[in-house]
Amino acid sequence: MEAARDHGAASSRGPATLTSEVSDARLVARCRGGDDDAWRELVERFSRYVYAIAMQGFRMTEHDAEDVFQEVFARVYERLDSLREDEAFRPWLGQLTRRVCIDRLRSGGREQPAEDELAEVAEEDVLSQLEEAFDVHDALAGLPEHCQEILDRFFARDESYRAIGEALELPAGTIASRISRCLVRLRDAYEGRNPPAAPSSEQVK
Amino acid sequence: MSAYDIERLSRLIGMLPPAPEAWVRAAQELPAARREIDGIVARAEADAKFREALIADLEGALRAEGVEPTWPLLDELRRRVS
Repeated sequence: MEAARDHGAASSRGPATLTSEVSDARLVARCRGGDDDAWRELVERFSRYVYAIAMQGFRMTEHDAEDVFQEVFARVYERLDSLREDEAFRPWLGQLTRRVCIDRLRSGGREQPAEDELAEVAEEDVLSQLEEAFDVHDALAGLPEHCQEILDRFFARDESYRAIGEALELPAGTIASRISRCLVRLRDAYEGRNPPAAPSSEQVK
Repeated sequence: MSAYDIERLSRLIGMLPPAPEAWVRAAQELPAARREIDGIVARAEADAKFREALIADLEGALRAEGVEPTWPLLDELRRRVS
């Protein structure tokens, strides 16, 4: 059944809505209280994460990924009360998404692979990098809006200099330098939140 | 050199492209859709004729009521009205 299945364009919402000043825990609490606006923000905040786990972590087709995406958020909506610690929403969501992906693979397969075999289908390296990618996007959300916009458009939305220039009304010649400056700001912001591990004493010697 | 070099950061930004807008919108509308489903189910329980129409042609019956038959809505109603 394909009623109203929509493979429309990627979300056009600006990168400023990737995250906001409201913590995950607070947002979850508001959702649990029936706040529809909070629910919309929660979906917006984590939509890329769920999408990436399905598409990159489990290499699903768009068709399967869409089913997983909707099923994950339906389960979140139904089971939010069972979340023990609101601060742990993201790992809970990540685990839930993996579970739904595995269920989907199982239901679509002709054979019935064992649980551990299904788990191996996941690209563990990719899933681990997605966690880091989410942290980087969090840091990105703390940058000025013009930096969020240009970095998101160029790297996440894969837009050309020309498309970015037209959308942001910038001369094409300034885009590369702006991207470069914004990346440096992002690196500084990210390092501030995630200081690199100090070298071991052996390395210092 | 920084532990978080620019090239790595660029790649990490690119790992989270936006999900298709329609998917996001459908998920965002879930609470409203659930309320709509609850209303339809309640009416089906109280109105046998409406219930029969739903079972016979779910999409058509919803359209006749002015309700867009999105697939999550149809899936949920099939589970609850049968």
